[in-house]
Amino acid sequence: MTTETMEAPAVAAPTATPPHPLREFWGYFSANHGAVAGLVIIVAVVLVALLADVIAPHDPNATDTALALKPPFWQEGGSIAYPLGTDPIGRDILSRLIHGARLSLLIGIAVVALSIIIGTVLGLVAGFFRGLTEIFIMRLMDIILTLPSLLLAIVIVAVLGPGLMNAMLAVALVILPHYVRLARAAVITETSKDYVTAARVSGAGTTRLMFREVLPNCTAPLIVQASLGISTAILDAAALGFLGLGAQPPSPEWGTMLADAREFVLRAWWVVTFPGLAILITVLAFNLLGDGLRDALDPKLKR
Amino acid sequence: MAAPPFYVQPMLRFILTRVSLIIPTFLGITLLAFFLIRLVPGDPIETLAGERGIDPARHEQLRKEYGFDQPILVQYGIYLSRVLQGDLGKSMITQEPVITEFAALFPATIELALCAILFALILGLPAGIIAAIKRNSIFDHGVMGISLAGYSMPIFWWGLILILLFSVQFDLTPVSGRIDVLYYIEPITGFLLIDTLLSDEPEAFWSAVRHLILPTIVLGTVPLAVIARMTRSAMLEVLGEDYIRTAKAKGLSRFRIVALHALRNALIPVVTVIGLQIGVLFTGAILTETIFSWPGVGKWLIDAIFRRDYPVLQGGALLLGVVVMSVNLLVDLAYGLINPRIRHTR
Repeated sequence: MTTETMEAPAVAAPTATPPHPLREFWGYFSANHGAVAGLVIIVAVVLVALLADVIAPHDPNATDTALALKPPFWQEGGSIAYPLGTDPIGRDILSRLIHGARLSLLIGIAVVALSIIIGTVLGLVAGFFRGLTEIFIMRLMDIILTLPSLLLAIVIVAVLGPGLMNAMLAVALVILPHYVRLARAAVITETSKDYVTAARVSGAGTTRLMFREVLPNCTAPLIVQASLGISTAILDAAALGFLGLGAQPPSPEWGTMLADAREFVLRAWWVVTFPGLAILITVLAFNLLGDGLRDALDPKLKR
Repeated sequence: MAAPPFYVQPMLRFILTRVSLIIPTFLGITLLAFFLIRLVPGDPIETLAGERGIDPARHEQLRKEYGFDQPILVQYGIYLSRVLQGDLGKSMITQEPVITEFAALFPATIELALCAILFALILGLPAGIIAAIKRNSIFDHGVMGISLAGYSMPIFWWGLILILLFSVQFDLTPVSGRIDVLYYIEPITGFLLIDTLLSDEPEAFWSAVRHLILPTIVLGTVPLAVIARMTRSAMLEVLGEDYIRTAKAKGLSRFRIVALHALRNALIPVVTVIGLQIGVLFTGAILTETIFSWPGVGKWLIDAIFRRDYPVLQGGALLLGVVVMSVNLLVDLAYGLINPRIRHTR
C-alpha cells in the first residue's frame, strides 16, 4: 500500500512536462499541507495494519465477561492494560481497532482494484469501439449512477446474502461508473492525438493501441479517482456493516463494531466513539490525499 | 402557416430529448428489480408468496399466478405492465399493497429530507460565500476543514454521537421517533410539522420539531459540506471575472458587488449540486431513519430485508429509483429553462 501511493507519481509522469516530472509533482503535492497530512495518516494506518499482530496488546477476539464495558484508562475504573476500554463482552477495543485497520484497508484496496480493472476495460472498449457497444455500456452506467449508491449496494447484498465478500462486490459495482466514464472520456481525447494515429499507421493492433499506447496516458485521472474511491469504499462498506449487511460479528470491521455496540450507546460512550473515529480519520486521510493528487496532477490547475 | 418563434423549437427539442432519455433508464431499473427476485437463492415462488414447504398443487397454482410458466421475456412483459399500472405486489408480512405502504411512509422521508436540505442551505451558502470573500483567512481554512470532515463523515456514527451529546448528556432532544407517543395526529398532508399545526394541540408541534432536530443535522451534514465547498469555489471563480473588476472600478459597494453581481452567477453550479444531492439524501435517509427509528421508507426497506419481505424490497427500491430519476429530470429541465447555454448544446 505504501509503495503504491509512493509510486503513483512515477505512473503519472508522462502527463507532466519533461524536465523532472517526479520532482515537479512532489513540489506541487508537498505544498499542499492537507495532502501531506493525509499521506502521513495513511502510512501510519498501513503500518498499524501490517504490524497488527505485533502491536495489538490483546487478542481481538478474546472475551472475558469479568472485564465487560471497562472505560478508557483516563476514566475512573479504567486501566492502562485496556487503553480504550473494553466492549460488552470484554474484548479490548484498541486491539479490535488495530485489527480492523487491516480489514478496512483491504476492503478499500480490493474494492477499488476490482472496480478500476473492470471499469477501465469497459471504458476503453466503449471509447474505442463507439457505436452500439458504447451506448449499451454507458446507458448501463447511467442507470447505476441514477440509483442512490447505498440503496443499490443494500439491494444487492440483500439478494446475495449479508457478508463481507458480497458487500465488497456490491460497493465495487456501485463505484464502477466513475472509472468507466473517466476511462472513456480520456480515451476519446487521446485517440484523436497524433501519436495514436502514428501507432495505428505503423500497424499496431487495437489491443496494443488500447493498453500500450492510450492507457498509460489516461492514468492521472484514474489515480485521483482511485484515492477518492478508496474513501467511498471504506465508508460504504462500514455503512453496510453498520446495517448488519456487511462483515458479520465477531469480525472487528469498524462498521460492524459500531452495530454491535449500538445498544450500549447510553451506558458506555467509548464503545461507539472510537470505531467511528477510526472510520472518520481514515476516510478523511484518503480524501485529503485525493484532493492533493488531483491538484498536483491536473495541469489545468497549475499556476 | 406561420413558423414558430425561433426560441420555441430548441426548447421543445430539449425537453423532448431529456424526457425520452429517461425511458431506457426506467426500463433498466425495472429490469434490475425484475431480476433481483430471481437472484435470491431458493425457490422464487416461496420467496414471493412467503409460503414455505407448500404442497405441489398450490405450488403449481402460484406458478401460474405469478407467470413463472411463461418464457422469461413474457414474464418481464407481465411485470412491466403491472408496474405501469401501479401494481407492485403485496407485502408478505402485512399483505398490504407495496405502493400503499410506500405512499403512507414517503411523506416522513420527504419531510426529513426537506428539512435536511434547508439546514444545509441556510448554513452552507453563507459559509461558502464568506469563505470565498475572505479567502485564505482563518475563517476560510476553518470552513474548508470542517466541510472536508463533514464530507468524510460516517453519518451512522455521527447520529450516535449526537444522541450521546444532546440526548444523553444534556437531555435536550428525544432519541427516536417522529413525535411523542401521547399525541395522536390525524394524517392530513403526511407532514407532521403541518399536521400538528392543523390539529388542536399546539404542544404536538413542538414535540415534532424536537424529534426532527437531530435527524435533520445528521442527514444535512454531507450536503452541507458539499454546498459550502461548491459555493466557495463557484464564488471564487466568479469574483475573478472581468465584470466584477468593472463593478469594483465603478465604485460599487462591496455588498452590492457580492450580493447582486457575483452571487447570481455563482448560484448556477450550486443549484446543480443541490439537484445532485437528492440521491445522496435518500442514501443518507436509509441510515438516518435506521438510527432514529424514523418511520420513513428507508427504515421500511431495511426492515424488509431482515424480514425477507422481497416484494417490499423489490417494489420499494424501484419506487425510490423512479423518484430519484424524476427529480433529476426536473432539475435538468429547470436548469435548461434558466440557462440557455445548456438547451442549445445537442
